[in-house]
Amino acid sequence: MAALLFAENPRLTPRATGTHLPMSQSPDRNAEAQIIAAILAGNTHLFHELIRPYEHTVFSMAMVLLRNPQDAEDVMQETFLKGLRNLHAYRAEARFSTWLVSIALNEARSSLRRHRPVESLDASDETDRIAPELLRDWREVPSEVLERLEVRNLLRDAVTELPLIYREVFVLRELQELTISESAQALGISPASVKVRLHRARIMLQRRLAPQLRPLAPKRKRFPW
Amino acid sequence: MVIDCKHVWDNISDFLDDALSSEARMLVQKHLEHCEVCSAILDSTRNILILTADERVFLLPLGYSERLHARLEEEIRPYKH
Repeated sequence: MAALLFAENPRLTPRATGTHLPMSQSPDRNAEAQIIAAILAGNTHLFHELIRPYEHTVFSMAMVLLRNPQDAEDVMQETFLKGLRNLHAYRAEARFSTWLVSIALNEARSSLRRHRPVESLDASDETDRIAPELLRDWREVPSEVLERLEVRNLLRDAVTELPLIYREVFVLRELQELTISESAQALGISPASVKVRLHRARIMLQRRLAPQLRPLAPKRKRFPW
Repeated sequence: MVIDCKHVWDNISDFLDDALSSEARMLVQKHLEHCEVCSAILDSTRNILILTADERVFLLPLGYSERLHARLEEEIRPYKH
C-alpha cells in the first residue's frame, strides 16, 4: 500500500529516514487518500509511511518558529501524534500536507506561548517601508556554498532572527510552499496581510544576507586579452 | 508610464510570485532593463530565498526520525489489538 504513494512519480521515492519535499511536490493526492482510507480502516501501521515525506519540512518549520532543536522535536512529535489521533477529522478538500502544517503551526504557537510569552506578542510596525540592500550587480551564489557550516549558520541565524510574524509567513510560503490563501487561512489573517508580511520578510533577508553572501559568489574569469 | 526604483522595490515580492497584473509586470520589467541596481536587488532576493529554503539549512537531528517513529509505534500498537 505504501508504494502507492510514490508509484506515479519515481522522483518521490522515500529514503530510509526523513525526506524533504516541498509541500507542492507532496505525494499524489489520490494515492494519499487511499492510504488514509486504509489507515482509518484499521491498517494504522501505514501512518508511518504517510508522514515520512513530511518529516523534514515540518521539522524545519518548527525550527524556524521555535529556534531550538529540542522544542522543535517535541512540537513535531506532538504534531504527528495529533495527526494520527485526529486523522478521522481530516477532510480531503484540503491537501493532507496543508492540514498537517496547520496542526504544526498551532502546536508551535502553543509552545511559544508556554515558553516565550514575550516573543509571541511581538508586533513590528507593518506600515514602514523597508529599503533593500542596494547593490550594483549580483553574481549568483551557488547552492554548493551550503556545504559549509558557517554559511548554513549565517542563513539559519538570518531566518530565525526575523520577528515571529515574519517567520510564520516565511515557513508557510518559502518552506512549505503554501499558497497565499492557504497561508492566510492557517494564520487567521487576510491574504493582503500575508503578502505584506511576506514582502517584508523577504526584504529583511535580502538586506541582511546580501552583503554577507556576496563575497561567496564565484569570481569572474579573467581573460588574458 | 515610467516607474521609479522605490516602486519596483515595493513590488519585488509580487514580481517573484508572478502576482502582478500584466500591466504592472511590464512596467517593472521595463525598469529592470535599464536599472542595474533594481536588477541586482531582484536577483539577490531570488538567490537568497532559494538558499534559505534549502533542506541543508535545517538538518534533521541525528536519530530524530527513529525517535519519532518509535513514539508513533507506541501510539499505534494499542490500535492493533
